[in-house]
Amino acid sequence: MSELGFTPNEMMTIAASRALKSDDVCFVGIGAPSAACNVARLTHAPDITLIYESGTIGTAPDVLPLSIGDGELCETAVTTVAVPEMFRYWLQGGRISIGFLGAAELDKFGNINTTVIGDYAHPKTRLPGGGGAPEIATSSRQVYITMAQSKRGMVEKIDFFTSFGHGDGGDHRQRLGIDTAGPTLLITDLAIWKPDPVTKEFTVVSLHPGVTREQVQETCGWVVKFAEALDETPAPTELELKTLRDLHARTKAAHQGTAKGKAA
Amino acid sequence: MVKFLPLKEAVAENLHDGDTVAFEGFTHLIPTAAAHEAIRQGFRDLTLIRMTPDLIYDQMIGMGMAKKIVFSYVGNPGVGLLRRARDAIENGFPRTIEVEEHSHAGMANAYEAGAAGLPCAVFRGYRGAGLASVNPNIKSITCPFTGEVLAAVPAIQPDVTFIHAQKADRKGNVLVEGIIGIQKEAVLAAKRAVVTVEEVVDNFDDLHPNLTVLPSWTIAAISVVPGGSHPSYTHGYYERDNAAYLEWDEIAADRDRFQAWMQKNVIESRADDFAGRVEHLRKAA
Repeated sequence: MSELGFTPNEMMTIAASRALKSDDVCFVGIGAPSAACNVARLTHAPDITLIYESGTIGTAPDVLPLSIGDGELCETAVTTVAVPEMFRYWLQGGRISIGFLGAAELDKFGNINTTVIGDYAHPKTRLPGGGGAPEIATSSRQVYITMAQSKRGMVEKIDFFTSFGHGDGGDHRQRLGIDTAGPTLLITDLAIWKPDPVTKEFTVVSLHPGVTREQVQETCGWVVKFAEALDETPAPTELELKTLRDLHARTKAAHQGTAKGKAA
Repeated sequence: MVKFLPLKEAVAENLHDGDTVAFEGFTHLIPTAAAHEAIRQGFRDLTLIRMTPDLIYDQMIGMGMAKKIVFSYVGNPGVGLLRRARDAIENGFPRTIEVEEHSHAGMANAYEAGAAGLPCAVFRGYRGAGLASVNPNIKSITCPFTGEVLAAVPAIQPDVTFIHAQKADRKGNVLVEGIIGIQKEAVLAAKRAVVTVEEVVDNFDDLHPNLTVLPSWTIAAISVVPGGSHPSYTHGYYERDNAAYLEWDEIAADRDRFQAWMQKNVIESRADDFAGRVEHLRKAA
């Protein structure tokens, strides 16, 4: 990666940030989505409305929050509402244009598992669960997903449907009476993927610089489909990289700074 | 009438073995001191309700106090998994626990229904989600006007709710501000509510009229515990101790290390110790 001047994770976050616009109202998942959303806000989308499920609307944190409810989110928000209001008026009420989610396990139709590995009643690994995701996935007008590729993470069949994507593909959402678009974009550390218009299977539409088709396939648990006209993702600009790195540096300093004995 | 009590008495008077109890706080204002007092008093067979169980329920589950947990996110926010809760769910250690899992929307609506005195909450949720097939308390209901099929979950009405808040006035009215989460609904949904506060002030005369204030007659007991939500935070008083959340991941990963930590920091500690734990997190004036 050193010859490219950026890491695959940096490329992922920056590619994800580019998908967001100033007029988006984005419900932000913690982790990779949070970094991407704030890079967008600090570069090309200064007026984007970022919403975290703790009730903070229009927040503009200087450092990335460790949790969805860090004080920084509230202090910089336009307004902070109660959690029932967040889910009822703002999400269920149809105010969210983009729900931005991460995933522990993802299948080719954008269904996400963050609940259990193994059987639900007797799990091999008990993961944290859905939190806000089940309703973010169905009430946001569309859903973006971002995650680093791995065979463990991108699987043919997920163990649990925490959040519904396109189900078995095709018109499965409509058949369940879900009228929102669902996952329309997947950004990984290697590529940009979009659902096939008919089957809804995620298809690679753009490879990040220096990435081969083989690398994408080797780190994915299903047989990957590639678009006929495959693009190359533009490399991060200096501004994008600097913004992301500064954000991470500020975040690291802030989170370590609260350790006992290291108080400012 | 609300009573101002030392935390030890407030917990002893309001929590009992076998109770259904919510120690609420959505990342902010988590009533850690109250939970630690409950641990010291050694209650058993509790049904623990909380949207985001995090460290205090990891600790109570690890100490074998929980018979059942009702939750929507059983993680250490931003860090990872809750290892004592995992040990109980995956291995039945130190005891098996029942699990009732919802989404945040489900829990938030259920608390609101509890506060509203309704038997259930109705909302647009769980569409296509696996939880609906593993949790028998997630059902559906058809709108009598439009025919739309909606989700229904039972209202949450705990025997007792514990929350932390910024301050009380001398009459026992309580102010909650910042990320207010589910604090108001959790108090109004419960039969009894106990609130720990950072401080008591003479009156609330200078407050903005639309702030979240819980009138004294909605609360059973108030205990003054400065720092009482550490390692969570109290907006306006001290910051979240993110380093402590990161450290918890290592402590809770090992059964013996967990027990040793609990002995030193909970069993052999007192509510008064919380003030010292947040000293380095208070912002310079």
